[in-house]
Amino acid sequence: MAEVVTLNNSSAKASTATKPVAGPRGKKPRPMLSPRNIMIYGALLFAAAYYLLPLYVMVVTSLKGMPEIRLGNIFSPPVEITFEPWVKAWATACTGLNCDGLSRGFWNSVRITIPSTVISIAIASVNGYALANWRFKGADLFFTILIVGAFIPYQVMIYPIVIVLREMGLYGSLTGLIIVHTIFGMPILTLLFRNYFTSLPEELFKAARVDGAGFWTIYFKIMLPMSLPIFVVAMILQVTGIWNDFLFGVVFTRPEYYPMTVQLNNIVNSVQGVKEYNVNMAATILTGAVPLIVYFVSGRLFVRGIAAGAVKG
Amino acid sequence: MTGQANAGRPNQLLRNLNAKIASIPMILTAVVIFLGGTVWTVVYSFTNSKLLPRLSFVGLDQYERLWAAPRWLVSIQNLAIYGVFSLIFSLVIGFLLAALMDQKIRFENTFRTIFLYPFALSFIVTGLVWQWVLNPEFGVQSVVRSLGWSSFTFDPLYNSNIVIYGILIAALWQGTGLVMCLMLAGLRGIDEDIWKAARVDGIPMWKTYLFIIIPMMRAVFITTLVIIASGIVKVYDLVVAQTSGGPGISSEVPAKYVYDYMFQAQNLGQGFAASTMMLITVAIIIVPWAYLEFGGRKRG
Repeated sequence: MAEVVTLNNSSAKASTATKPVAGPRGKKPRPMLSPRNIMIYGALLFAAAYYLLPLYVMVVTSLKGMPEIRLGNIFSPPVEITFEPWVKAWATACTGLNCDGLSRGFWNSVRITIPSTVISIAIASVNGYALANWRFKGADLFFTILIVGAFIPYQVMIYPIVIVLREMGLYGSLTGLIIVHTIFGMPILTLLFRNYFTSLPEELFKAARVDGAGFWTIYFKIMLPMSLPIFVVAMILQVTGIWNDFLFGVVFTRPEYYPMTVQLNNIVNSVQGVKEYNVNMAATILTGAVPLIVYFVSGRLFVRGIAAGAVKG
Repeated sequence: MTGQANAGRPNQLLRNLNAKIASIPMILTAVVIFLGGTVWTVVYSFTNSKLLPRLSFVGLDQYERLWAAPRWLVSIQNLAIYGVFSLIFSLVIGFLLAALMDQKIRFENTFRTIFLYPFALSFIVTGLVWQWVLNPEFGVQSVVRSLGWSSFTFDPLYNSNIVIYGILIAALWQGTGLVMCLMLAGLRGIDEDIWKAARVDGIPMWKTYLFIIIPMMRAVFITTLVIIASGIVKVYDLVVAQTSGGPGISSEVPAKYVYDYMFQAQNLGQGFAASTMMLITVAIIIVPWAYLEFGGRKRG
């Protein structure tokens, strides 16, 4: 390892000798093909291959016909590209109960995800705002319970919620599931918004108070316009989280309202019939497509969201 | 302590009415669902509820039955193996990737995007993809065999002795990107001067990481540990998608035990007892951490 140090030193010397323009404060230029770089990029490329492989296999498999899958290996590119598996996965694949493909699950997931995201963010943002700027006695206690509650396994709270929803006549319906998502999204979202609103300069809030603005006026006129980025982060968090949920979907809805993940699992893991691996993989990609698109479009905001949302696990 | 924090702000009851109304959903969730629901489940775990919850107490019967059930013991054993390896490998792989990413490399964003994308996918998708990749007839095993190594055997999902490692592979694929991101944020938070000082002293890079940087990142490591650990206890969808608990009962996990007893076997008491055990497991992880993290901060 001492060699690395001397190597760097000598290269630094060499560079100052050849490039008199570069001041001593500038970055040390490194040769691109040093053994160190080869090791670093080699390791990174190897890791990248491991992470990309399943995605590649999924896409390749979904484009092959069944005879080709039976003969070839899963890594070989398709000889004859066919989109039939995709059509079948979307429109006619069977779940054991009905044969209208993943489209039903897709629309269910849309009908679950959009209201759940909007409602949970609306409630949590107002809540975080109240906790940041309008603290009342006991607020911290409830907030602490909420945050600690985020760590309790869902299995512990599921059955009481089933009872509550059954009493309300909402068990099995989409509305019930939306309420459940709102409840379990609350800890992380409230934390996110509370921390964000706390970080805004307090003078802003005070000035508005002096001008006579009330709770809702300050929220809608000052806080909301200032915090669009955090709303986007919350949206990313909720859309991917709710779309990817399986447990709540399977517990709280009837089969005709099953979200896409549940339906996907039923299609792929159904015991009847011949396994059609290409259809299964097409269905898997279709289910993963929405969060993947959100991920690729949102980029850095996604990273910010998961740093906050990791607690949700 | 809260009184002190509030002293600087106006605290009139009526003026805060709006804030209180706005907090009703949070208060209801915190008190009724999180606190009430948990207490309810724990209380009913001492009853002999079958199809419907009934308040006829039987003491610790459900727990005795639970710890005598082979399926529960397998679940716990699996969770322990999965948990230990998942913690070690996520931390090691996550940190190594982060350290590599921190070498002022090019295409950092591209690499990050690649390492993190599985985290955007659901456990169901993850489980199904790896079920396919590990399929012995078509997947890795058959590909290696077709290359000439005909006795090569790698069928974790069909071998009850190693099935949990098959699930582990999928879980690591899905989750290490997140660990890498958290670690990278931690590494970026370390002062450049530390590196310069270490370099001046001629300390080799791996030693700098091991004895200077990692101890400095203690807080990041603990947070990551808690995040991974609380995720481990909840593992459910991945197993359902990848193996459905099979072959036999060899890849069962506690969360699945709870679901199956509550909603399929209609043996609520067992489900409640099992979920209470899950709660205790989480408490063992969380309480010391919360004490260190928040108990210390308030005093400081």
